[in-house]
Amino acid sequence: MNRSLVAFFCGLLFGAGLLVSQMSNPAKVIGFLDITGNWDPSLALVMAGAVGVFSLLYRLALRRQAPLFERQFALPAKTTLDFPLLAGALIFGAGWGLGGFCPAPAIVGSAFGEPRVWAFVAAMLAGILFVRFGLRRTLS
Amino acid sequence: MTIVDFTPVSALTGGAMIGLGAAGLWWLLGRLAGVSNILGAAVVGGETDSGWRFAFLGGLLAAGLIAMLAFPASVHFRLEAGYGQVILAGLLVGLGTQLGSGCTSGHGICGVSRLSLRSIVATLAFMAAGFIAVYTVRHLL
Repeated sequence: MNRSLVAFFCGLLFGAGLLVSQMSNPAKVIGFLDITGNWDPSLALVMAGAVGVFSLLYRLALRRQAPLFERQFALPAKTTLDFPLLAGALIFGAGWGLGGFCPAPAIVGSAFGEPRVWAFVAAMLAGILFVRFGLRRTLS
Repeated sequence: MTIVDFTPVSALTGGAMIGLGAAGLWWLLGRLAGVSNILGAAVVGGETDSGWRFAFLGGLLAAGLIAMLAFPASVHFRLEAGYGQVILAGLLVGLGTQLGSGCTSGHGICGVSRLSLRSIVATLAFMAAGFIAVYTVRHLL
């Protein structure tokens, strides 16, 4: 219960940050990615703000033995480069530029009452299920 | 190239809030706020304990709902793409993030902060692909 409540409020703060910074506004995202046209550099500062805060607090936390509500910190198992990483990142980036949405802002944006956002989320879930249930098993 | 619509204050403030939300998850639960991985593990199941994942995703959705109810006028939202384009985009985002083990949050924010080589490479790759996609849609097609 405690852990879910904690996760909920972290999600709420994260989502509020997406709204304030306008990461949840596809036009803003595309304005940032349009480097050869009318360029809006704002999202570089979103990234700078988020990385600045997280990189400091991430390291401070690691001075502790464990997180407050868990026995240990969980880090990704893979540390070396491989083909799925690069291919996946390129495919993701193409979709990000095409729609102006990445996963978290799409979830926040589901609250805006726009059916095209729901269509995006449904297609994203289909893509997720396809990889999780089929493709990844075949590749590995 | 012309610089337009630059909003440095809200960008930095919002960015810091995103970083704080991610840091909270790390300090309290020892988990990285990689939203595509949280979403993938939550919908597929199989993990022993996904309660916190659904709660985090619920927090994201709640942020949108609260904003729409409390201050709808300050929610900026403009989506130009039609159904075909958003569905293709959603599919690519779903496929790419699962194949590449992360998105803007997991690789771009958490991974870059941790100086993870995988995440730095992935971030450069998805940014490059995003630039190319927008260039193609806006200036070539």
